[in-house]
Amino acid sequence: METQSATIDARADELVAEFGLFDGWMGRYEHLIDLGREIPQIADAHKDDAHRIEGCQSKVWVRAEPGEGGRLRFTGDSNAAITRGLAALLIRVLDDQPPADVAAADLGFLGEIGMEEHLSPTRKNGLHAMVEQIKGRARRAA
Amino acid sequence: MEAARPQREPALDADYDVEAVRAQFPALQQEVYDEQPLVYLDNAATTQKPQAVVDRLERYYTRENANVHRGVHVLSQQASSAYEAVRERVADFIGAPEPDRGPAHAQIVYTRGTTEAINLVAATWGRSELEAGDEVLLSRMEHHSNIVPWQRICEETGAELKVIPVTDRGELDVEALEALLSERTELVAVTHVSNTLGTINPVERITEKAHAAGAKVLVDGAQSVPHMEIDVAELGVDFFCFSGHKMYGPTGIGALYGRRKLLDAMPPYQGGGDMIDEVSFGGTTYAEVPHKFEAGTPSIADVIALGAAAAWLDDMGRERVHEHERALLRYATERAREIDDIRLIGTAREKASVLSFLLGDVHPYDAGTVLDRLGIAVRTGHHCTQPLMERLEIPGTVRASLACYNTREDIDRLAEGLEKVRTMFG
Ligand SMILES: Cc1ncc(COP(=O)(O)O)c(C=O)c1O
Repeated sequence: METQSATIDARADELVAEFGLFDGWMGRYEHLIDLGREIPQIADAHKDDAHRIEGCQSKVWVRAEPGEGGRLRFTGDSNAAITRGLAALLIRVLDDQPPADVAAADLGFLGEIGMEEHLSPTRKNGLHAMVEQIKGRARRAA
Repeated sequence: MEAARPQREPALDADYDVEAVRAQFPALQQEVYDEQPLVYLDNAATTQKPQAVVDRLERYYTRENANVHRGVHVLSQQASSAYEAVRERVADFIGAPEPDRGPAHAQIVYTRGTTEAINLVAATWGRSELEAGDEVLLSRMEHHSNIVPWQRICEETGAELKVIPVTDRGELDVEALEALLSERTELVAVTHVSNTLGTINPVERITEKAHAAGAKVLVDGAQSVPHMEIDVAELGVDFFCFSGHKMYGPTGIGALYGRRKLLDAMPPYQGGGDMIDEVSFGGTTYAEVPHKFEAGTPSIADVIALGAAAAWLDDMGRERVHEHERALLRYATERAREIDDIRLIGTAREKASVLSFLLGDVHPYDAGTVLDRLGIAVRTGHHCTQPLMERLEIPGTVRASLACYNTREDIDRLAEGLEKVRTMFG
């Protein structure tokens, strides 16, 4: 039997606990920026229009590749630190998970970690487009 | 740090009671996020509204509401008079000259704002006057709303768009403009004040040169009307456009000033009620200017409240407001220069109310997001001036834009916020 990594919900809970260690928004933002520094880097060659997320003030790219057991592996990057952090959060929770789970994932944890202002669909941070693109890939792979 | 700062002069106008001005703006009294008093520095996008304007809207809807121009009843007549009286105030507000025929205010056309005013001129004057071989000159610093309508009408008519270059410090290159002018030039369309850089363009000089070449001049006044006295007669322009919401008035209303002769010769814009003289299936005749350009039920409440905003600004004294904002911009520029790694974008000799900048390698979006959390509202991005960003080889800027109610404390909060941004992303 293949070893199943922690579920999406378990990883989200882990992030909620991690962000819970900071009581101010600044600490949480600094943590977000730090997480962005550890993002699984998309290769420069893939920083192209095909992987570019539209609807964002900064440039952001996300790439999904099929991995072991049909699970999707994500890489990404952005030229804005906060956007890169948001991409890193999504990847940390959704990477290497069964596509059906990714497609159905509830990302309410973003609100719980104090990033609710980034959840508005009209905010030009690309978060919604990132989620849609990732879920779309997952649905096609499922 | 306080002590190390050089002596500043000149001081803000001591008679200008900015706290009393602020007190008139309900929206400025709020806190955002975790009890951060709001610092509103996104005035070039839209200004907050004084109580007088809010009250005027409320009074209209609670007591005066009626459709204009059609009713025999008392409310309709009162609404019509109030609505038309604002036209006179607006004409006066921007110094519309007396034409040979009719009153000055017949040259004021209500529109939804600057964007619609420019589109109106492009769709009527442009469509009827431009043809293959003609040229339209625009500057590189134009807002998209003074680019796209001209691109579209040029495509349609075969006229050609030419671009007046902008210098490194963000000034319009007047010599290059002169070189571009020829007998083919039909129109020069420029912004009075750049929304991205704050540059004040020398409209009088531009108009003189353009007229000498036989071209008409359209000026986008969206960013000048809120900040300085405007006299379209002195500027000599043929068309002038502005938006109410950037001058303390409501959204959805603005105006076009056009010379009577030009307006008379222009075909109507949209078709419908109010713009006609007589309608029959044999043929329709149109109303006189300005109604020929105002089809359908207009934004009556917003027109009336625009009048209130103009009255309010006149009571404030636009020259005083301008002085206050100038001193504040100087202060903001000095404070900004003390910040390490800051790069001011737009250092024209004549500037109004805009401080655009980049902070080291920090993406404007990151800076704007952190400032927002600190309760400081700025705008980030290309500010609808992508050709200008391309010229300056930057992806965008952080823009702080000032209004009559901004204070030194607002600027200090911005400067402190930028120090925080630097430590977070440095
Ligand atoms: C210079 C300039 N022109 C035109 C516009 C468009 O104005 P509006 O959106 O009110 O039509 C703006 C507003 O952003 C502006 O700053």
